Formats: sequence, C-alpha cells, structure tokens
Amino acid sequence: MSRLARLLVAIASIAVLGVFAFPLWRVTLEAPQYPEGIGMLIHVNTVGGVNEHDLQNINGLNHYIGMKKIEPDAIPELRFMPWIAGAIVVTGLAVAAAGRRRLYLVWAPLVLATFAAGMYDFWRWEYDYGHDLDLEHAAIKIPGMAYQPPLFGSKQLLNFTAHSYPDVGGWLLIGAGTTYGLVLVCLLLGRRAPLALCRPDDAGIAADALARGARRPLGTPHTGVNAA
Amino acid sequence: MSVRLNGRTIGYGAVAMASAVVLAYACAPSAAKKPNTALVGGDAAQAVYVAPGKYDEFYAFLSGGFNGQVGVYGLPSGRLLRLIPVFSQHAENGWGYTEETKGMLETSYGFVPWDDLHHTALSQTDGVDDGRWLFVNANNTPRVARVDLTTFNTSEIIEIPNAAGNHASPFITPGTEYAVASTRFSVPIPNRDMSIADYKKGFKGSISFITANEPGKMRIAFQLIVPGFNYDLARAGKGPSDGWMFFTSYNSEQANTLLEVNASKNDKDFIAAINWKKAEQCVAAGKGRTMPTEYLHNVMDDFTHSARVEKITSVLTLEPSACPGVMYYLPTPKSPHGADVDPTGEFIVGGGKLATVIPVHSAKKMLAAIEKKDFAGDLEGIPVLKYESVVAGEVKNAGLGPLHTEFDGKGYAYTSFFLSSEVVKWKLGTWEVVDRVPTYYSVGHLMIPGGATRKPAGKYVLAMNKITKDRYLPTGPELTQSAQLYNIEGDKMKLLLDFPTIGEPHYANAIAADVIRDKQKKFYSLKENRHPQLARSERETGISRTGKAVHVRMASLRSHFSPDNIEGVELGDTVYFHVTNIEQDWDIPHGFSVIGANMSELLIMPGETRTLRWVPKRIGVHPFYCTDFCSALHQEMQGYVRVSPAGSGVALVANSGRVGQNVNETVAAVTAKAAAKK
Repeated sequence: MSRLARLLVAIASIAVLGVFAFPLWRVTLEAPQYPEGIGMLIHVNTVGGVNEHDLQNINGLNHYIGMKKIEPDAIPELRFMPWIAGAIVVTGLAVAAAGRRRLYLVWAPLVLATFAAGMYDFWRWEYDYGHDLDLEHAAIKIPGMAYQPPLFGSKQLLNFTAHSYPDVGGWLLIGAGTTYGLVLVCLLLGRRAPLALCRPDDAGIAADALARGARRPLGTPHTGVNAA
Repeated sequence: MSVRLNGRTIGYGAVAMASAVVLAYACAPSAAKKPNTALVGGDAAQAVYVAPGKYDEFYAFLSGGFNGQVGVYGLPSGRLLRLIPVFSQHAENGWGYTEETKGMLETSYGFVPWDDLHHTALSQTDGVDDGRWLFVNANNTPRVARVDLTTFNTSEIIEIPNAAGNHASPFITPGTEYAVASTRFSVPIPNRDMSIADYKKGFKGSISFITANEPGKMRIAFQLIVPGFNYDLARAGKGPSDGWMFFTSYNSEQANTLLEVNASKNDKDFIAAINWKKAEQCVAAGKGRTMPTEYLHNVMDDFTHSARVEKITSVLTLEPSACPGVMYYLPTPKSPHGADVDPTGEFIVGGGKLATVIPVHSAKKMLAAIEKKDFAGDLEGIPVLKYESVVAGEVKNAGLGPLHTEFDGKGYAYTSFFLSSEVVKWKLGTWEVVDRVPTYYSVGHLMIPGGATRKPAGKYVLAMNKITKDRYLPTGPELTQSAQLYNIEGDKMKLLLDFPTIGEPHYANAIAADVIRDKQKKFYSLKENRHPQLARSERETGISRTGKAVHVRMASLRSHFSPDNIEGVELGDTVYFHVTNIEQDWDIPHGFSVIGANMSELLIMPGETRTLRWVPKRIGVHPFYCTDFCSALHQEMQGYVRVSPAGSGVALVANSGRVGQNVNETVAAVTAKAAAKK
C-alpha cells in the first residue's frame, strides 16, 4: 500500500469514531400541526428525539395506526453496534499501520459488507415498524397502507411527510466506506491504475516484504506484490 | 350638556372640539416643520394589518377592571391573544375552582372569587420594562398579584393589610425593588368599631411597599401610615427623582359622605412625594413599629402545581413623624388622578381631573425647596411645599378632565381627557399643546409601550374608552368598552384602529414582542411534577379510599383516560379525580368533567395535575369525558363511574384503560379478585 492509501485508511477509520459523537440518521416528520417539526435521531447505541420528548410524541401519534412503540431497549442491534464500530476503528488503524495489501484486501470487503448489512438491517426495522401493525387495536386502518419511512429521501405517510437522511455520523460512515472502497478498487487495479495512490511506494513494498520475510527463509527472492 | 368651568360655559362636543382644533393649529408652529412620517400613504388598514401567520409587534396587557382578569392583545392588530385569570374564578380553565388553584383566591376574609383589577405594571430592570412579570392589583379586597410571563399564569398573590380600596397599585420602582399599594379609602388603622362621623379623628391611609424582585417571596417590607385622604395613582421617580415615589391624593377635605361634592371643594389637593430610600433607612434604624394583623400570601408551587397559602400575622408600619424627610406634599390642582414621571425623571405631571390646567412639577425644584425648607406649612406633621416653588409649568387650555399622561421619549407628552374625550399632545418644557385627537368616547387611561419608563417606544398610543354608544353593533343595555390605537410617529396623531375589549380596561402596559416571545414555556416537565397524586404514566394510575373520600389517580393522553372504568364508589362518597396530562408536547391540553359536577371543568396542560372534586348525587353510571378537543379521537376520550348505594360493598376498582386491554375483562377480573380476598 502507498503511504497515501494508508493515510486515507487511517483517517477514514478515525472518522468512524464520529459515530460515538453524532447521530447516524435523522428521520423527521412534517405536518401542519407540527410547524416546529418533530423527529427522531438514530445513534449508534440508541434512538432518541430531535427534541427531548419527540420520540414519546411520535410513539403517541403512531399508536393510532397500530404501530409498535419505538423503544431503544427492544432493538438488540443498538447494544452491539458500538462494539462493531469500535472494532472497525481499531482494525482499520491496524491495517493502515501494517500497510499490507493482502491484509487490506481481506479486511476492506468485510467492513464494507458490515456497512451494507447495517443498512439492510435499518431497512428491515423500518419495514417491520411500517408493516407489522396491530390492526386489531389501531384506530386508523387503511387497507393496503404501510407506514415504512424511506431509507433515504422523503415520503408522504397520511398527514405526515417523512424525511429520512443521514446525519453527521451517517455521513462520516458514508465517507469512510467510500474511502475504503476507493482504496480497495485501487489496490485491485494495482499498476493498471494511473494514480500514485494505487501503486505501492517503497514503504509499502518494504511492509509487504517484511511480512513475507517473516514467513520465508532469508535470501528467498521476492517477486513483489505487484508482480502477483 | 355643558359644564361651567373657569367662568365660561363650554358645550362639549362640537364647540369644544372646534376651539380645540383652532388651538392646536395656533400652538403648533414648530412641530409643523417636521416631515409627516405618521403613516405610509395614510393607509390605516395597512398599518394595523398583521398578515395571517405573522406576529404582532407588541404584547399589550390590558387590565380587565371588573372582570378581575388581564386581557393580552397583540398590537397593532388589536387581536385578543389570551385572558389571564387573576382574582376571579375562571370556569374556562378551572382557575379558582380546582383543588390546586382554590388557595390562590383565599384571603383573610375567606375565599373571595372576584375582584376589580385596575392596574398593570411590568417588572423593570434599570428603569426599563424587562418582561419577566406583570404585576396587577385587586381594588376591592386589597391584594397584589404577580403574573409569570413565561407561562402567562398568576403565580403569586399577597393581601395588603390596613388597606381599603387598593387603587394606587401596583406601581414599580425602577429595579423592581418594590411594588407599591396604597389605600383609596382611608379607614381606622387598626380597623375598629368607631363612628364614621369621626373620620378626621381616626381614619388613616396606608402606603405599602412590597418586595417584588424574587418570585414566590413577596413581602410587605414596610407600610407608611399617612393622613386620611384618598390615595389614587402613583409613579416611581428616576434620574433626579430616583428613590422617590409620587402618589396623587384627593379628598384632602377628608369628607366621609357625598365625596362627589364634599371632596371637590379645595382648589388644590396633593401629590405625596415619598422618599422610599429614606424609608428603608428609617426601617433599618428601627424606627418602624410592628403591628399585629392578619393577611395571606398565596404562591403557586412550580412543582406540585398547587397553591401554598401562608398566613402572616404582623406588618411593619412606619409613621412619617418617626422618619423626618420621608414624605412631602406637593399642592396640585385639583383632585389629581395620574402622577406621571417623564422619561428623564425631572417632570412629574399631575392629572387633576377637575383642573383647568395640567400642572407639571420639577423634581429638581422639589429637591431644592426641601433643601431650603421652603414650606407653606404642614399637614399632620408632613411638610407641604409651596406650589410656586415646585411647579415647572402648566399646560393651559389643554382640555377638560386630564387623567393620565404618557411620554414618547422625544420630548412630548400625551394626556387623556375624560370629559372632552380626547388625547392631547403637548411639549415638555414649553408646555404648549401641539396636537389633539378625539376618542370614542370618554377616554380613561392611555398607554404608550414603555411610556412610563426611561425608554418609551414612541410609535403608538392606545386610548382606553369607557363609553362606546354608537361605535359598534349594539348588544342590548350593556355595551363593550373599547380601545383606540393611534400612530404617534409623526407630528400629528393618527387614528389607526378601534377595537372592543374584554372587561373594562383601566390601564395597560405593552412591551416589544421579542422580549417575551422566545421565553415561553411549552409544557410542564412531567419529571419535575411533584403533585402528591401524580400519575407519571399509565402504570402509576390507580384508585384508593380513605373513609368517604375516593381518590382516583388518572392519566390523560391522546385519546383516552387511564383508568376509564371506575366502580366501587358509593353514594355519600366524595370523589377526587386527580388528572395528570402525561403528554409532553406543546399545545396539547386535555380537559375533564363528569356529569353533575358542581364546579368548572379541568383544563390540564401537559405535565400538569389538576383535581376535580365530585360528590355524586345519584345511584347509577355516570359519564366523564375530555372537554378539550385534543385529537382526532377526542370524541372517543371518555369513561364511566359506577355509583352504588351506600354500604353495597361493590369492590373499588379501576381498569388501566391501556390500549390492547379488554377493559371489561379487566374490571371483571379485578372485581373477582377483590371479591375473593373478602
């Protein structure tokens, strides 16, 4: 890996730390009765209101359509997501420090798959809340109507318009994921890519050599990563 | 109609107005040079039109007079925003009816459900309105109240002992150190059985200084016992008159009957100048005397949402004779009403309602005369200054019946004239009348936002009228009172708007909207609620019995009550519905009432607990419901109380009312369980 690639991976991994400070996603609801807005923030470890009591008020409104209460305690992912994020930060920094191409080629797809799984999981929860309605006790029943907010974008749900977009933490993850992905593509393209970023510099070659050297008898000629 | 005044008869109406107009033109040469910026295109409708969704420029607080409330209006639109109940029970929201608020209307005379609310005063910092609180007075059963301007609720009421007709009240010192309260009626102090004819021997006035700067802690710091006149209005000094307070007084004749004639004999009555800083020194030096008495101090607790009633059994009085220099009399023609201090604090304007001139006293001349002991004599030991030594000037031929003067901060004064129904603008220093406009009709007080402070916002003057006759669609014998808004930015006052008011506004204050707007509380924190019968959630609801008292701990939220089926109440019980609105959202009150309740509804703000006391009169099943249109399913927000014959032994049960439970099964199950226990 080039110095630049390692630096980018390190920066991206540090950026992932931002999820502990900023919400990942912001779902806001707009209706004539709420000119001041009402909304939810999805954090790495909990779900809260944009304002102190918003979640309680959204749950209050949702009970009319038979939607389950959104209770952070009922979402197990919120308990282990911080650990996953922490692991990405630590391993990302370690991979950057090691500077080994092969290691990165294993690590990055795993992380990107984790991100994708996270998004899919988020979508599943939205689907679940929007579809799994207690129609027996719902005051408002509209045949065929589901109340799933969008993953990304805006959607009309009865008298509310729901807007769902990443918040600061989410954008940091998207930035990190994009960086990881670009570096991954680069390393896969190798010398064919016109960018210095994608080619190993001396330090990268040395790192790979060092790693290989530990496994090979001394004096074995190495062909270099790029010959592979 | 005509009045005989100053040796000539003036028909008021057309003749007076015609002469007034001539006067105004004759007297306004300097003012006429300035460009007229009164109105864009002279379009009054444009000037007061506040487009839908837009805010007014000012909050205006108009006293409600005999309705015991305060009306909150937006200016310039004149739209009524809110009624704040203070001294009167208010069935609309349960003020003075609910268990929590009844205590606020307790007095040493017992529960008083009404009063006559005359004057408003905004709290001040450094002589400028700061929008923290509004103080108001009760005239009939003497009290002063504080209204919290983050909730627009009455938060504190203190009764005034040794007072009768608390009229000159609650005027504020520049740092809200004190709100004052003085007697309109002089009475025997301490009050006792004596002949009314012996007025001059034993009747006294009292002027109370109430500490005002700490919410919940109003105290009568001291009370001056003064000669037995009628005390009327007051204003605190500032600048050169800082540390002084000026009170008008009339009935210096000390008449005790037919005052309309007997109290109108003297050519001059008095403005009492009181040096309150001197009074503080005398009190600190132990010159006061503690007098046993009894009065109440009622505070709304922010956390229990309930009134705390405290009985106080003494008051510190101060005789002016024990504190030389604390009080002087300024002779002022004639039966003065307003005592108004201009923004610089130099001029004290007397509104002599029977006078032919507007006398203006000079604070500096007053201080010099006091220094030189330039006295005309004394009244019960209180020095009387010479009129010529203190008067700065007189506004001549201004009108008939001057009452009250406010200031625009640009060197002009605006005086209301009750008899000639007009507002007259005149110049401080030259004392010349520069403009006059008619009012419709019989204006009492007038108001410029901040017009009594160091920094008036000289954009509008609001005239409050007593008679409206042909101004609006008639409504039988009783007609509305009204207010008129004039633009005063230009040389000429311009009538913009004429709007009906609630009650009979005597007095008003207004303040720039942004000072108050962003400090509004949106709901009460449920977390901070410490009501003894609080249900913080549906899980905390329940029912209990103590002898014949049944306490229902109830929660309300959109769109149900929890519990909503109650059984086990027997005839002869008293049921207390303690309802907590467990919402934490703005503008989502819930109401509550039950059939045959001998009181008002409850109107419960989010996070608040209110209690309705109900004595069932009949056996049967009784409905209750939400009285505030809270949500789409408001009409479904209801429940039942079963009332059984005394001694029938029906188990006391209340279901949870929670969504997802079959309420009938719940009641049946609990009933069975209770029966099994027996």
